[in-house]
Amino acid sequence: MEIKKPAVAGTLESSDCQVVVEPGEGKIEFSLDSTVIHQFGNQIRKVTFETLDRLGIDNVKISIVDKGALDCTIKARIEGAVFRSVDQYENLPWGGAIK
Amino acid sequence: MINEQKKKRLRRSMMFLNGQKPSLIKDPYIYKADSLMFDLEDAVAVTAKDTARFSLFHALTTIDYRGAERVVRINGLDSDLWKEDIRCVVAADAELIRIPKCENKEMVQEVEAEVAKAEKEFGKEEGSVLIMAALESAKGVLNAYEVCTASPRMIGIALSGGDYTKDLQTRITGTGVELMGGRQQMIIAARAAGVQCFDTVWTDLDNMEGFRRDVQMIHDMGFDGKSCINPRQIDIVHEIFTPVKKDIIFAEKVIREIDTKKAQGIGVFTVDGKMIDIAFYDGAKRTIMMAKAAGVYEGDL
Amino acid sequence: MKNAVGREIPEEILKLTGKDVYRGSHYFDGKEFKKDGPVTKPVINSNGSKLVDSIHDVLVKCGIKDGMRLGFHHHFRTGDKVLNMVMEEVHKMGIKNITLCASSLGKQNDPILPMIEDGTITNIESSGVRGSIGTAISEGKLQGLAIMRSHGGRVRAIETGEAHVDISFIGAPTSDEYGNLNANGGKANCGVLSYSAVDAQFADKVVAVTDTLVPFPNLPAQITQTYVDYVVVVDQIGDPSKIATGAAKPTTDQRKLLMAKYCTDFVVQTPYFKEGFSYQTGVGGASIASTLYLAEIMREKNIHMGFGVGGIAKPMCDLLDEGLIYKLVDTQDFDEPSIENIQRNPNHFYITGGEYANPFNKGAYVNKLDFVILAALEVDTHFNCNVVVGSDGVITGAQGGHPDTAAGAKCTIVIAPIMQGRMPTICSDVTTVTTPGEDVDVVVTDYGIAINPRRQDLIEATKDAKLPLKTIEELRDIAYSITGEPERVQFSDRVVGIIEARDGTIMDVVRQIKDFEFKDE
Repeated sequence: MEIKKPAVAGTLESSDCQVVVEPGEGKIEFSLDSTVIHQFGNQIRKVTFETLDRLGIDNVKISIVDKGALDCTIKARIEGAVFRSVDQYENLPWGGAIK
Repeated sequence: MINEQKKKRLRRSMMFLNGQKPSLIKDPYIYKADSLMFDLEDAVAVTAKDTARFSLFHALTTIDYRGAERVVRINGLDSDLWKEDIRCVVAADAELIRIPKCENKEMVQEVEAEVAKAEKEFGKEEGSVLIMAALESAKGVLNAYEVCTASPRMIGIALSGGDYTKDLQTRITGTGVELMGGRQQMIIAARAAGVQCFDTVWTDLDNMEGFRRDVQMIHDMGFDGKSCINPRQIDIVHEIFTPVKKDIIFAEKVIREIDTKKAQGIGVFTVDGKMIDIAFYDGAKRTIMMAKAAGVYEGDL
Repeated sequence: MKNAVGREIPEEILKLTGKDVYRGSHYFDGKEFKKDGPVTKPVINSNGSKLVDSIHDVLVKCGIKDGMRLGFHHHFRTGDKVLNMVMEEVHKMGIKNITLCASSLGKQNDPILPMIEDGTITNIESSGVRGSIGTAISEGKLQGLAIMRSHGGRVRAIETGEAHVDISFIGAPTSDEYGNLNANGGKANCGVLSYSAVDAQFADKVVAVTDTLVPFPNLPAQITQTYVDYVVVVDQIGDPSKIATGAAKPTTDQRKLLMAKYCTDFVVQTPYFKEGFSYQTGVGGASIASTLYLAEIMREKNIHMGFGVGGIAKPMCDLLDEGLIYKLVDTQDFDEPSIENIQRNPNHFYITGGEYANPFNKGAYVNKLDFVILAALEVDTHFNCNVVVGSDGVITGAQGGHPDTAAGAKCTIVIAPIMQGRMPTICSDVTTVTTPGEDVDVVVTDYGIAINPRRQDLIEATKDAKLPLKTIEELRDIAYSITGEPERVQFSDRVVGIIEARDGTIMDVVRQIKDFEFKDE
């Protein structure tokens, strides 16, 4: 998938995270601000890269502001932002690329 | 195949959860509601309808809800959202879909068709996802019986008091008088159709006594459970829907008597010296199930 | 060197402080020592007044100089104006290397931050620190060490002379010109002056700071004229609205209520829950709710609390008024109703911080506790608790009476949700140990109750009660199954603070924080 335009998903409420994706410059640029960065920074990065990989994205600027979201929420917000950036709201690949 | 056991499971309390709030869907099972109802409809802002689905999908596929039934209220059939809601929910293996603002059997059947389609698409067993309908209008309530019997997937109907009273041109008074006819009509229809019947939410969280009276009343009317909007309502519902000791003992006797006599080919049953009818059997079974769910049953049935 | 809770205490810190490592909760039981004494300037003349015009003048009279240790209390909580006022004057006078010895510090003290940065204050001794001072310490801005002491530990440190206070400033809601002090009857009342009592007796110079001068003699006095050198009248010692809040509304958070219910269900199953039992609880939502649940059972079973201890809030006062509690012994008041109650109810008593919790006197009230209900930021599978260092490694809380009451009570219960956001509260190893696991008997969470295996008696007493009992490892595993297994906070090497055990040994050290770095791919 190709990120077409900047998009955002999620909130800054506790247990949530806000993900912004923008068209990249040929690679994945990842930035993270998290209330639990010491404990889960590496894990959040891993989940992010795995999620992008499933979606077939290798060219994106992705920044996450995390307020203690679980992995399942982080995935959901990344997918939320990505599908917004390509304006796809129907016929989503549930259980496929979204997993 | 539709699992009849699943259709009839215990649903004393069904707690509403905003499907787009990660803090709410993280571990609501600790409050021990029988069913958790993840909302994609009214609780989710129009601007978050798309992202709520992703949250819900991953919550349902990742989080262990520890035996609580996972129900999803999809968006209304008058929206352009409900079909994708169904794809998401079926793919995520939710047990039950709640149709909002249901008014007739055609609406149930429309949903049923989409669910069947999604089951096929995602390789799920046909009939694995059940359906319930919320009646939120005078028309819906009047058509309760046809809604109840519209599909073999139907597990029951629920009253949605807010919209229903608006349609009646009145409001929620707290006395229940405005809901009387609707509730009566629904429970009769549900029983006639052999499905369950659930009552509307109680929104005045400061009036717990009023809530208790309300739950007692619908329990006495024959309802199977109550929709809850706050976890602190759950204990009260369970308390009222928990059979008292006397009833449990009676139910045990009924079941033992009927089981033994039937095995011996005898068709006349007595408990405590009184003749009882075979019609007592299902009720007694239900009493024991309720007692088990509430953790107050210590017998071996 | 490793201490009794398995924490490695660096040799250079032991050398620098002259302290020993923590060796166990009762290590000093019965060991004799000689108390320190203050330099005392007798007043034999009959001139009558100890009034001094200003903070500046009183600092001069007390001989303020570089390197002194200054004492303060925190009874005015976030409404305190005294500490900042005095330190501002000290700062203006160009004094350096001050050791701040406060019973606690909070965000109200944020204005002293520049004084830490410019070396006016180089050492801090406090129950804990909240707000930007905590951050400054964790960032390594304090030249010396921050020592975190429990309320009982502070009294011990001062009485043994380990922390000899040169000048103590006692914010007093009322005073007369001769230094009889009371916590009530003024403009900014705080109910009790418990944590100042040790300063009055052991500081070389004792200065009362008040905004309400009353006629002599100001009786009854919580601190008397025989200890006070000078009295300074200022415009305002505290902001009453921040000293004591209105009574907190009982929590409606179902998770807290659930934990409160579990806690009460546990308490009533123990052999200690009987007529005349004693009890201390905090002011968190779950603690208060568990007190309210407990009260219902006390009424039902006609069981009375012999005495309640500690920081007091309205729910405990209500039970005292109702007659369900016979006596309250009070070291701090958290809301207006409790300040009002101590003035009105003859069974509500003022006690000193030493009477409350000092491990080095001839028996503190905490030793007589049956139950204490506490909270914690983290609890580990060894039952060690952390109440000081936050998940980001920054100092953000206070020991308060946590280790004191835990050590004293027969049944110490910690209530904590299994996770906060994504942080597992129940974990394999707490970031920093503040209360040793040997003193923590029970952990109550939203997912069940764990009893410390050291307490086979409690396990036995509650085994048939249908409580949601789990092992602490099970609770940790549930937490990790939801949050994932956390990595440890990355610190730099420099030690910026020490967690002092109540007996003065070292429980743990706090290191300077550093920016998080991702692991290499």
